[in-house]
Amino acid sequence: MSDTNPTPNLPPLTRKEFESGQSVRWCPGCGSFSVLAQVQKTLPTLGVPREKFVFVSGIGCSSRFPYYLNTYGLHTIHGRAPAIATGLKLTRPELEVWVATGDGDALSIGGNHLIHALRRNVGLKIILFNNRIYGMTKGQSSPTSVLGQKTKSAPFGNIDLPLSPLSLALGAEATFVARSIDAEPKHLGEMLERVARHRGTALLEVFQNCVVFNDKAFGGLLDKDTKADRQLVLEHGKPMLFGKERSKGLRFSPRTFTPEVVELGRDGITEAALLVHDERATSPGLAFMLAGLTPPDFPTPLGVLRAVERPVYEQVVHENERIAVETQGLGSLESLLGAGESWEVR
Amino acid sequence: MHHDQERAAQQPPEHLESVTIRFAGDSGDGMQLVGMELAKASARQGNDLATLPNYPAEIRAPAGSLSGVSGFQLQFGARRVYTPGDKPEVLVVMSPAALKVNLGELRPAGMIIANRDGFSDRALGLAGYSSNPLTDGSLAGYAVHAIDLGTLAETALDGLGLAHKEVARCKNYVALGLLFRMYDRAPEPELASIRARFAKKNPLFGEANARAFRAGFDYAENTETLPRYHVPPASIRPGRYRHVTGNQATALGLTAAAHLAGLRLYLGSYPISPATEILHELALLRQHRVIAFQTEDEIAAVTSCIGASFGGALAATNTSGPGLALMSEGLSLAVMLELPLVVVDVQRGGPSTGLPTKTEQADLLFAVHGRHAESPLPVLAAATPADCFEMTIEASRIALKYMTPVLLLTDGFLALSAEPWRIPEPAELPRLKVSLRTDPKGFAPYLRDPKTLARPWAVPGTPGLEHRIGGLEKDFVTGAISYDPVNHERMVEVRARKIAGIADDIAPLEVQGKPEGELLVLGWGSTYGAICAAVGAARAAGKRVSQAHLRHLNPLPRNTGEVLRRFRRVLVPENNAGQLGRLLREELLVDTVGLDVVQARPLKVGEIAEKIEELLQP
Repeated sequence: MSDTNPTPNLPPLTRKEFESGQSVRWCPGCGSFSVLAQVQKTLPTLGVPREKFVFVSGIGCSSRFPYYLNTYGLHTIHGRAPAIATGLKLTRPELEVWVATGDGDALSIGGNHLIHALRRNVGLKIILFNNRIYGMTKGQSSPTSVLGQKTKSAPFGNIDLPLSPLSLALGAEATFVARSIDAEPKHLGEMLERVARHRGTALLEVFQNCVVFNDKAFGGLLDKDTKADRQLVLEHGKPMLFGKERSKGLRFSPRTFTPEVVELGRDGITEAALLVHDERATSPGLAFMLAGLTPPDFPTPLGVLRAVERPVYEQVVHENERIAVETQGLGSLESLLGAGESWEVR
Repeated sequence: MHHDQERAAQQPPEHLESVTIRFAGDSGDGMQLVGMELAKASARQGNDLATLPNYPAEIRAPAGSLSGVSGFQLQFGARRVYTPGDKPEVLVVMSPAALKVNLGELRPAGMIIANRDGFSDRALGLAGYSSNPLTDGSLAGYAVHAIDLGTLAETALDGLGLAHKEVARCKNYVALGLLFRMYDRAPEPELASIRARFAKKNPLFGEANARAFRAGFDYAENTETLPRYHVPPASIRPGRYRHVTGNQATALGLTAAAHLAGLRLYLGSYPISPATEILHELALLRQHRVIAFQTEDEIAAVTSCIGASFGGALAATNTSGPGLALMSEGLSLAVMLELPLVVVDVQRGGPSTGLPTKTEQADLLFAVHGRHAESPLPVLAAATPADCFEMTIEASRIALKYMTPVLLLTDGFLALSAEPWRIPEPAELPRLKVSLRTDPKGFAPYLRDPKTLARPWAVPGTPGLEHRIGGLEKDFVTGAISYDPVNHERMVEVRARKIAGIADDIAPLEVQGKPEGELLVLGWGSTYGAICAAVGAARAAGKRVSQAHLRHLNPLPRNTGEVLRRFRRVLVPENNAGQLGRLLREELLVDTVGLDVVQARPLKVGEIAEKIEELLQP
């Protein structure tokens, strides 16, 4: 029996208990299946009763997510999930409120709500399924579609500069920013657990393959022969090493103070010259640098870019309420009606 | 004997049934404050009253400019006072600009009390006067009292060590003192209240303003030129009273509703004139476990309410026209989810930014119809500032009982104007029964109460009731996604029937006066006061006219059609281009006569009276 389970008289929850029984309607081969499987695997390990979980989503393929989990769930309107989840978390801080969203949902129509949830540091766990395409409306450009990507709405190639969700989140002072990929279930599971344990807003970007409209968008990251060279798997306190032989690394160029890839052993470069990952750094500078790394010049960082502590919004709200009640007494109908300047008419 | 002689030397004050006074000055002249103080003193002495401030949209327009003039009007009386008054009988102006902006509204032969010091060449120039109206004879038709309020303040505050600017700021209290004497108000409570107001911040300013007040009072006492009036107490229902604006009453009503329902109040709100004060008021009520949350936009305001409501809070949001437009999509989701939610739309002049600080009633059809698809919800409207309290409780009652979003319409006029409100005893208020579902046995998210057709409220955290709902069409019982065509039609029908059925649970339309006859004046919302005054006067003059007022606009009270058909003609005065008239024709096939005023100001008693007269011509 798990020692973290608060209901010791009951057997611990299993993955099965988090399956809703509703038939899953994603396309065969969709990357979202992997995320669902890892979430169903992670939730029972958290020692939280099932009825305390609420999954809120917007619109899009990924936003069907709540239907497939046997928890409380709200499938809402396009882009608004962070706002809806905020209202719920403020009034019910004891609930575990998760948000399932996509690149169009979170970054296009819902960009405003996302940045404000992040800056406030509301205790929401946000999984951003990034497939760099609008799937549900059948193949238009999304805010993360890459330059030149041919889509139904940009048949001659996308000319809109893609957004980096992680840079955006860091710009909004997010306290937890991480990235994983659907086809690395172990890594994804680890990241989900980190998300679950974070206090404040946690944003996890999941590179997710859309088999129908943007297949193999992340293919290079996963190809057996090249993945070691293309993934930079971040670990707190460890030097930023990558490559098949773990012979490549990342450092700041002493001349331009910009990141550069170096070969260990060449020009006398040793591991000591490499950047050491610090997800807890107060300054978001290092995380910003990592969020900006894109192929082909750089490997793609996976893992936790930033995990820092800041007052959690709903806790501040409830602490202020506690103080108000302590100093003024708990408000009642009588005290409400009796307040203010009044006079008697006889 | 001696005593009588002394009294004879002083003119006895003239008795008045009621008076309407308007204060006007630069935004920084403190006119709102002195207006409200005179209102409070009148209430203390037993008058009935109503007040209305008038602000420019600009926060600090250039001093002395016409666009920077702000005003405050009040009517108090020895009888029931329904409105802040049409045209003032007395105009108190601090500057030429204030005179120019307001003179057109003053009644013929009305009184002008002007701050003569304020009529400098520069100020006259800014207001566009080529000569001084106080001396050039152009005000010959009025009773003009030009008084050096600034000089009086300077003399009274001499030796206090205040800067010139600070002394000048006290002249509004000189004006207040003057009016206290003119209208026979006891000065002592006001002096105490002035000192108390500044006691914490700066007692010196308290002393200065008290002296300025006294100087004005004494000036009026000693001068022979200023008339003196007495407005006897009105017959008012006994009880404890306080002043409330519509916005204050709305905030109080929402909080009271949460107490009555035993729920936490959550307000998601984005600032917008003239609704913002509701957020301000609720932000102060943390000890009542109110969470007043300023969102990033109106979309988040309404959708965060949906989240809070899903979690079991009494959720509410407040806005005005443009914000309501942004909330439209969220409201449709709330209709689909069948979650309780109260939206207060404080209507203002539109469309678009329109006249953001001015009143209008033009969101009625938008409130009733303004959502995509078949998306019905109840629409209510408050009739007076104090009625906002009752109607927010009523809106909450309907939202909670029927599991539905409810729209409550108020407007800029109700929001800002104040009237004495008899504070109800807690026992007089309705209990709002809320039963959260806890029993998993036989639970289905859309299995309805057979009577109200409300679905169960099952909130997260309840073991065994885990369920998923969303904006997609749902199965009639289980709430699971359903694309079945017949099921969809059934759901559309049941959502409509649930809202229509509320007609059986609201008060029938009541007629004041004879229940049938020649003419019925039918109003909704803030036109109530003006209609009461106009109809009251017409009836007192022997005219056969009745009155009714709608507080529920969707659904309409069951007897509305029947009431309307008992009159030969129905007059509907509105602050829009005839929206209630259209709604009534659509719902009841009853034709009405409109009195449509779209000038972004409250209807005047005189306008309605004239129309009644016209319609009663043989």
